[in-house]
Order: sequence, then C-alpha cells, then structure tokens
Amino acid sequence: MKRRQLEEGFFKVLMILSYALVVGILGLILVTVLVKGLPALNLAMLTQTPKGGYYLGKEGGILNAIIGSLYLAGGATLLALALGLPIAINLGAYLRKSRLAGAVRLALDVLWGIPSIVYGAFGFTLMLALGMRASLLGGILVLALLELPILTRAMDEVIRMMPAEIEHASLAMGATRLETATRVVIRQTLPGIATAILLAFGRGIGDAASVLFTAGYTDRLPTSLMRPVASLPLAVFFQLGTPFPEVQQRAYAAALVLTVIVLIVSLGSRWLAGRLSRFVIR
Amino acid sequence: MNAHVQIRNLNAFYGDNRALKDIQLDIPRSQITVIMGPSGCGKTTLLKCLNRFLELNDGTRITGQVLVDGEDIYAPGVDVTEIRKKTGLLAQRPYPLPMSIYDNVAYGLRIHGIKKGRELEAAVRHYLEVAGLWEEVKDRLHAPATGLSIGQQQRLCLARGLAVEPELLLGDEPTSALDPISAQHIEKRLLDLKQQYSVVLVTHILRQAKRLADYVIFMYLGEVVEAGPAHEVFEHPRQERTRAYLEGQF
Repeated sequence: MKRRQLEEGFFKVLMILSYALVVGILGLILVTVLVKGLPALNLAMLTQTPKGGYYLGKEGGILNAIIGSLYLAGGATLLALALGLPIAINLGAYLRKSRLAGAVRLALDVLWGIPSIVYGAFGFTLMLALGMRASLLGGILVLALLELPILTRAMDEVIRMMPAEIEHASLAMGATRLETATRVVIRQTLPGIATAILLAFGRGIGDAASVLFTAGYTDRLPTSLMRPVASLPLAVFFQLGTPFPEVQQRAYAAALVLTVIVLIVSLGSRWLAGRLSRFVIR
Repeated sequence: MNAHVQIRNLNAFYGDNRALKDIQLDIPRSQITVIMGPSGCGKTTLLKCLNRFLELNDGTRITGQVLVDGEDIYAPGVDVTEIRKKTGLLAQRPYPLPMSIYDNVAYGLRIHGIKKGRELEAAVRHYLEVAGLWEEVKDRLHAPATGLSIGQQQRLCLARGLAVEPELLLGDEPTSALDPISAQHIEKRLLDLKQQYSVVLVTHILRQAKRLADYVIFMYLGEVVEAGPAHEVFEHPRQERTRAYLEGQF
C-alpha cells in the first residue's frame, strides 16, 4: 500500500515538473523578447518602412515586414483552407477508414514532417522553371503548401472525433452526404476548424526558411502579387545578423511584434471557437 | 394483412458474419410492430435494413429484397435519399443537430425544398406540436437544441423526423436512454402516430412491447422465430423459444 502511494506521489511530481517546464519555457521566451525588444519598440517601428541607413541604426520601422507577413500568412492560410477543407471533409465523411483514406493521411503526415527549408528549395526550383521571380505570390504558394498538411490533418481529426450519430441523423432525413457535410459536419466541427486555422496561420507567419527564396525581401510595402515582399521572420533574421547593437535590438522588437500577432490571433480564435460552440452537440 | 413492408430472403453480413438469416416478414401498415429478442439477435440490424442504414457500416453486405409499398429499396438505381426521406428514425440516444431548436426541425424541410419563411414557420410549429414539445419550447425556438433535457431532445428528434413526412417510423430502443416520464411521453406519441404511420420499434423491454405492440416479431440468433398479432404471440406463443423468452428464461 505504501509503495503504491509513493509511486502515485512520484508521478504526480513528475507531471507537475513537466508542466512547469512548459510554462517556464514559454515565460522565458516572452521575457527575453520583451526585455530585449521593448526598448527598441516605438511607434515609428510599427508605422514606418525602413529609411536609408535603417540597417546602420538610423530611422525607420518594420511596417513593410508586418504587412508583408500578414499578407503572406493570410493568403497562404486562405488558400490552404480552400484546398484543405474539401480534403478533410472527403476524408472524414466519405472515405472514413478506407484504405485510400489511410494512404491520403499517410501522405499528409509525411508532408507535415518535411522541413520548411525543403519546401522553400522546392518552391524556388519550381519558380525558376516557371520563370517566376521571388514574389508575394510565390511566398503565398509555398507557405500554403507548408500549411496544407497541418490544416488538413487537424481538421480531419476534428471531423473524425464527431459522433457518427449526428451525421446519421441528417442522413436519416434524406439529406445527401454533401448536404450533411456542409450543413451539419462543418457546423459541429467549427470550433475545431477555427483552432486548426490558427495552428496553420501560426506556423505560416513564423516560418522563415520557406519564404527566404520564394518571397524575397524588400524595404517597400507590398503593392503587387508579382513583387517581392518582406516578412517578420526574415526581418528578425537580417537584423540579428548585423553587427550593430541598435539594429540587433530591433530584431527583438520585430520578434515581439510577431509574437504579439500570433497571440492576438490565438486569443481571437479561442474567443471565436467559444462563440461557435454554442450549438455544438457534446 | 395490409403489408407496408415485405421482406423476402433477406440476409445481412458484417464481413463473414451472417447477422440475418433468410428473413421473410410482412410488416403491417398503420400499426406498431415491435421487434424483440435478446441482445445480438439481429433486431437493430433488421431495422437498419429498412432505411438502408446498414451500408453506412464498412464491410456490410445484403442479399434479398425489402419491398416498401411493393418497391424494392435495394433495386439498382434507387435514390437512397428518397428511401430515407420516407422512413423516420428515432435513435437509441437523441442526437440533435448542432443548431437551434427551430433549425433542427426546419433542417429536413429546407433540404426537401420548403424555404419560404411563413410556410417553414407553420410547419415547424405543427411538428413540434405533434411531438408534444411546442408548449415547452415556443419561447426559446432559437436557443441551442443542446439546452433541452434528454427527454425533450428525443421529442425534438421525433418532430425533426416527422417534418420530412415519412410513411414509416423506425425506433431503435428510443426510450432506453430516457427517464420513465420522458419514456411515457414518447410511448404516448407513438400510439397517437400509428394512425398515420407504420411504426417499427426495436425494444428489449417486454412490458413496453406489451403496451405498444399490435404486431410482434420475435428474433433469435439472426432468425425470425415467430411473428404475428401481439395478443396471439403474447398469449399463445407457438414456438417453445418464444415462450421461454416471454417467461424471462433468457
């Protein structure tokens, strides 16, 4: 009896420790970014593009990267959703546990595991073959490829968790599978779909390697799909690589902005998921 | 007998497992037919053959015929959605759709083409009344269906099923998850409804079968042991196994 209680206590402590580790790491990252980035963060950083000599420590901001990142990740997430939602519904509501579904899931899982630099290199090769230059469009396409497996598998899992009886209730009334999918399955899984979108957006906006060759970088605000575009991860990367402490500090400010954007999207989607789950059957 | 459903040489398989064996049955029109038998005897499988629900499970196969109003619902080229529209289903546990009370009932109507506001409203009210739920929900029609008690949810499912105007009502132990009062509500509704619908009910509650049944089917190990008018089967069972079951021996 004593030994079992010791075991219980031991594993409880282990659990608390691993929980503390997770929270601690999150806290450390936030503190680092805040302490190092906050002093450099001012209104000009958020509202101006880099002026001449910005990378030597002179005036300007990273508005180009903020807007660029929102365009890149927003566009990629929309594109990935347009492709991924039909796949997830097809997997969850039509193919279910069939062999084909297993193959599609395996393919998506492998794609999920591919490092983003490989997507970047793949996209770059493809763009060269097509005669395209680094551009907003190229970045969106490659980021969409990166986000697609994440988004699709996350939605697929949510749809698979749904009780089959809800689907059956709709079918029993003579609804087709498509009607059931669009009017019942999506409604039931909306909170989970919102979470999946957030996950994909977060991955997309934070990725540097895939946009390095495909979207390029520019000090200007994005004006065209065919022009290069700046992004926050690359802004961090380039500024951190300069020998000037002021510029390095701005890198942390850019990282802070990136973190805050992800945080806002995160909280926003939580709030949205809460609102959407009003009608969800448990 | 005026048969609504005629089942001929029906066999059902889950993989290699033969769950229904050469079923021959007539199900009477405008009566309550109760299918009873011990667990695993194929009651629910038989029910699922009547609205082509068995095929929703992977690896199932059916041979034979199920004629509803003389037409084989397994004939090639038959529109499954039409078959299912004609058969309402009450499941073991109520599963409302993830929408408001109003939309739950309006769902089937909208799918089948009734979209005008006033017509829709009148129909929703009518079917909620038929299911005996209107008085309880009329002030919160646009609240989530999940806010209802489980007994109310089952009546909502009844209203929702009736709204697409089926001819045949299937119930798969529809009161088993409910408290006694809610179960009584459902039983009463079914008795009211049998004028207009043929009702087929699976139950393992003998007393419920005796209260509701006009016609009884007793199944055992995938076979129909005995079928006939309720009073005959209950009072003078012809088969030894039926007698044993009625006396509670298994």
